[in-house]
Amino acid sequence: MKRFNIKIWQLLLTIALLAIWIYSYIANTDITNSVVASGMRFGMPLALAAMVGIMCERSGVINIGIEGTMLLSGFTGFYIASWSKNIVVGLLVAILTGVLTSFVHAMMTIQWKMDQIIAGTIINILASGLTSFLYKEGSTIPNSWPIFDIPLLGRLPFIGHAFFTQQGPIQYLGLLLIPAIWVMMYKTRWGLRTRAVGENPGSADTAGVSVIKVRMINVMIGGAIGGLVGGFICLELVGSFSKEFTAGSGFTALALMIFGRWNPMGAFAAAILFGLAQALSTQLQIFGVTNIPNQFITMLPYVFTIVVLAVSAGKVRPPAAAGRSYEKEQA
Amino acid sequence: MKFKISRDALVPVASVLAALAIGAILIAAQGHSPLEVYKVLIVKGFQSTAGLQATLSKAGILIMSGLAITFGLRAGLFNIGAQGQVLSGALAFTYIGYRVHGLPIWIHLPFALLVGALFGALVGGFAGYLKATRGVHEVISTIMLNSIMAAVVDYLTQNQFRLKSQPNTRTPDILHSARLPHIFGFPTGFIVAVILAVVVGWIFRKSTVGFELDTVGKNRNAAWYAGISVKKSIVLGMLISGAIAGFTGGMFSAETTGYFVPAFYSGIGFDGITIALLGRANPIAIIPGAIFIGGMRSAQSAIQFQAGVSPDIINLLLALVLFFATAPLIAKMIKSNAKSITTTSGWGS
Amino acid sequence: MEALLRIENLSKSFPGVKANDDISIDVNKGEIVALLGENGAGKSTLVKSVFGLVKPDSGTITIKGEVIEPGDTAAAIRHGIGMVHQHFQLVPVMSVVENIILGDEPHKGAFVTKKAAREEVIALSKRYSLDVDPDAIVEDLPVGIQQRIEILKALRKDIDLLILDEPSAVLTPHEIDELLEVIRKLAASGVGILFITHKLHEVMAVADRVVVLRNGKLVGTTSPKETDEEGLAQMMVGRNVVLSVEKGPARVKEVALEIRELSVKDDRRLDAVTHFSLEVHAGEILGIAGVEGNGQRELVEAICGMRHRENGSVRVSGKDSPDMDPRGVHLMGVSHIPEDREKDGLVSSYSIADNLTLNQFNLKPFADKGVRNFAARDEYADRLVKEFDIRTPSFQNSASSLSGGNKQKVVVARELTQNAHVIVASQPTRGVDVGSIEFIHKQLISARDGGAAVLLVSAELDEILSLSDRIAVMFGGKIVAIIDGQGADRQYIGRLMAGLSE
Ligand SMILES: Nc1ncnc2c1ncn2[C@@H]1O[C@H](COP(=O)(O)OP(=O)(O)O)[C@@H](O)[C@H]1O
Ligand SMILES: [Mg+2]
Repeated sequence: MKRFNIKIWQLLLTIALLAIWIYSYIANTDITNSVVASGMRFGMPLALAAMVGIMCERSGVINIGIEGTMLLSGFTGFYIASWSKNIVVGLLVAILTGVLTSFVHAMMTIQWKMDQIIAGTIINILASGLTSFLYKEGSTIPNSWPIFDIPLLGRLPFIGHAFFTQQGPIQYLGLLLIPAIWVMMYKTRWGLRTRAVGENPGSADTAGVSVIKVRMINVMIGGAIGGLVGGFICLELVGSFSKEFTAGSGFTALALMIFGRWNPMGAFAAAILFGLAQALSTQLQIFGVTNIPNQFITMLPYVFTIVVLAVSAGKVRPPAAAGRSYEKEQA
Repeated sequence: MKFKISRDALVPVASVLAALAIGAILIAAQGHSPLEVYKVLIVKGFQSTAGLQATLSKAGILIMSGLAITFGLRAGLFNIGAQGQVLSGALAFTYIGYRVHGLPIWIHLPFALLVGALFGALVGGFAGYLKATRGVHEVISTIMLNSIMAAVVDYLTQNQFRLKSQPNTRTPDILHSARLPHIFGFPTGFIVAVILAVVVGWIFRKSTVGFELDTVGKNRNAAWYAGISVKKSIVLGMLISGAIAGFTGGMFSAETTGYFVPAFYSGIGFDGITIALLGRANPIAIIPGAIFIGGMRSAQSAIQFQAGVSPDIINLLLALVLFFATAPLIAKMIKSNAKSITTTSGWGS
Repeated sequence: MEALLRIENLSKSFPGVKANDDISIDVNKGEIVALLGENGAGKSTLVKSVFGLVKPDSGTITIKGEVIEPGDTAAAIRHGIGMVHQHFQLVPVMSVVENIILGDEPHKGAFVTKKAAREEVIALSKRYSLDVDPDAIVEDLPVGIQQRIEILKALRKDIDLLILDEPSAVLTPHEIDELLEVIRKLAASGVGILFITHKLHEVMAVADRVVVLRNGKLVGTTSPKETDEEGLAQMMVGRNVVLSVEKGPARVKEVALEIRELSVKDDRRLDAVTHFSLEVHAGEILGIAGVEGNGQRELVEAICGMRHRENGSVRVSGKDSPDMDPRGVHLMGVSHIPEDREKDGLVSSYSIADNLTLNQFNLKPFADKGVRNFAARDEYADRLVKEFDIRTPSFQNSASSLSGGNKQKVVVARELTQNAHVIVASQPTRGVDVGSIEFIHKQLISARDGGAAVLLVSAELDEILSLSDRIAVMFGGKIVAIIDGQGADRQYIGRLMAGLSE
């Protein structure tokens, strides 16, 4: 399985790069750069949100509450940044909120053994209820994160422009974080244990590894990443909080996770491809190349998500224990 | 599904109290009086005749959308995006309702409702088809279809179906022959909803089809072993769930809105989730929850100008009720053994 | 001398059962103690308590004089206990190395040192001469090798006590001999062994001492020198048991089930059954012997219409039966006792009555025009509960309230009262008490005598030997031989099951 996975994400990444490259030949460079940059901006939050799903599901917990986690942490991050006039504090609070939200999720799914889909739904509904009630118009953040180029890497051919220019710090952090999660998952002791717990918790338990602990910690790391995404969107990409700003992207992230076969690099490649497709269609729209009504452009990511799943979902194998709570005494 | 009235019925009540308590803290934190807010809720929702009428009318709609979710849950399907089916049903109903002239009410109204149900069924059934044949989990597909339907419906309302003489985006008025009459001032929709609940209850209790769906929902392998087609049941479950959602959209248009603006329908599908989960996917047991939530929803707008609190307080209170009622927190405290409800876990098809 | 392991007054209850009731056992250094008992006697619970997987209600467990913390697997491992589990505890998608090192990985900082891990596994496998490919993915390996990985996992740390919970259940006779050899060697090197099985000849072959459990209680201690298999069986069950089944000669009639050139794939889309042909006559029991995982499950599912037939045909009473249509196959007169009753055979939250009509709920008299008739169902259920001696206060109770043997009786009652032409019985007595086994065997024989064709699939060679009129041995998705049931030679069949030709 694992070896196969790597092939898939390499393939996807190649396709994405190839697409960028061809595009940069046929269109003019300025437009190319801005499309690629906006593709990265569309893709990165989704890629990071998919990491939340991966952290949870690799350890055997399905998390459909990513949406709510991002919403809540974007909310607290933004208002705390606005109140403290400090976006760093805002980001930290966003991450903390993500951790707390996922703690509630972890309690419901791991400790109380609730149905995991319903637990995630509750997180989403709670987040939506809390943020819409506490929402206040007219707040602003003092500044947003600077946009800059990475000195040397930015000048690499093709990928330099795509990955290392015209972005903010959290975007670049994502580029570090995702491979780091991959390394963690496949090279470290913790990763080995996490995957074992997600595939057959009994094997981990009988080897003296605490299933509950591994799951709790992974879900909360996932929550921290979810919080980061919330802060990323509200403090770096958009610079404000709007009600229901997640608009289903937590679910799209899950689809990308499935498409990328629960592999961090696979999901990353899928998300970048997705972001580019979206950037491209937006660009075409702006330049009036097409006169498709904008509702249909808005629709594209959702259609794409369904298509992606229809193509891949039946063929991939999720972590075998995902969705099931662990009963120790049946080991 | 059956549960002992004594302890198990305490869970929802205790959940509501806990939610109100936390809500009170948050309201107070915003500098308002929680008592004032809750008073408005009760007075507006449940005291006056007009209030009761509005509550029951809203409750009828919510019973129906709760039934849509319930129907799916019983077959092990979580139709989390019923909202998209409500919208498509509502717009289809509205179109037939304003476009087809010259029919008597006893043909026009049922026909338009049927078309509404059909469109809801198409959207839900498509998700069921994707699950049965391609292994696409309905939680993701219906959420995506939600957004897709929202865009389609928005496009149609702004273009082909738009009433051009009005500055704001809306469809023409639904003809009187497709409006739901009140019987002695009593909201007819509520009666229809209760009948529908009884019918759905009967399907799962007495009919072989209901037994097949129930079996698929409880143990797919055993269902297949027993000769029940799991794929067919998945499609059928989503189809009927979608049909009920589409019907709900039609009924709401026929009884309350009178024309179509997408925003009118917001929240109907999602409240259905809360109601179905509170009633533990029992078609009859969802009724009290629907009436309670109907009351809160119909008092919602009054809260804003009478108590000065954001109407979104209702969303928050409902979310808290759902949390307390579903998480085994309170159930453990009062030692209820009511089994928590499960959907089909996992991503498998 | 101080005992290596000392279990004192250990008790453990689960809702409704006292799985262990005040049990005390010692195991000495280098001693092989066999723990014997019927299914459900509490053997697994007892050893899981020792290994910290179950937290006992009371009692103490001492190893080398130190009391170990109850319910703490990591502590048990630290104290030098290793365990081979009844259900393999392996991660199918991971490599052999990853599986063996899990829980105590060779590492530098946070990273697993793959090379060191691999070398360690190779050295380990050399040391105990248990050959494995360190880089193979576990799910690609045959069960015998998976078992070996389980043992290597347990032996990896220098252990003083090795627990084996029914390690031979899925092995070929030859593999079992190898396993017993490993056990003897380990004991000779000073490791204490606690060995669970319900196969009496294994006990006779290897144990120094035998401890027998029944209904959670310790009923006696003996040794192979003092008793024989009959004696052990009597201790296990608590009364005289006839180990053989009484049956008259078969009155064989026309072919009722005809399988021709059948090919089936497993869940991973690999060939499980290839060009399989077989005829079963009305009035006979044809037993399929074979080590589990040689295509039996896929064969049964394909016959019953539950799994796609890639190729070939299945004819019932001379007519083609439909592919992927369990209801269609059932309506042609095929009954099916599935191998996994919990997964396929029952809906545990349904009442016993609903389960007794699970594949007839839509037929008359249980339903008419899509409306179910509860009176007919209840009357039928009431009759079957009595006829098949299903122990329950009421047929309205849920199936989950029944014990394993009674659950199986529900399935058997449902399948054998439908006057089927063909009965496909897969592992019909797995996890069932001796009393129920006798009963189910009698039912199968009377179905045969009533003119049904019975296809019996079982991993228990003894069951195949005692019931079958003809025996087909299955290996690698094919039949390697068909032999007469009368006077069939156990050793010979064992060799065929292992894929050794003649
Ligand atoms: N986790 C559990 N929950 C409830 N009952 C259990 C559990 N594990 C075992 N039992 C019950 O305890 C009894 C003993 O089981 P077990 O120790 O597995 O028996 P054995 O290994 O001898 O077959 C059985 O009646 C079984 O149903
Ligand atoms: Mg056991």
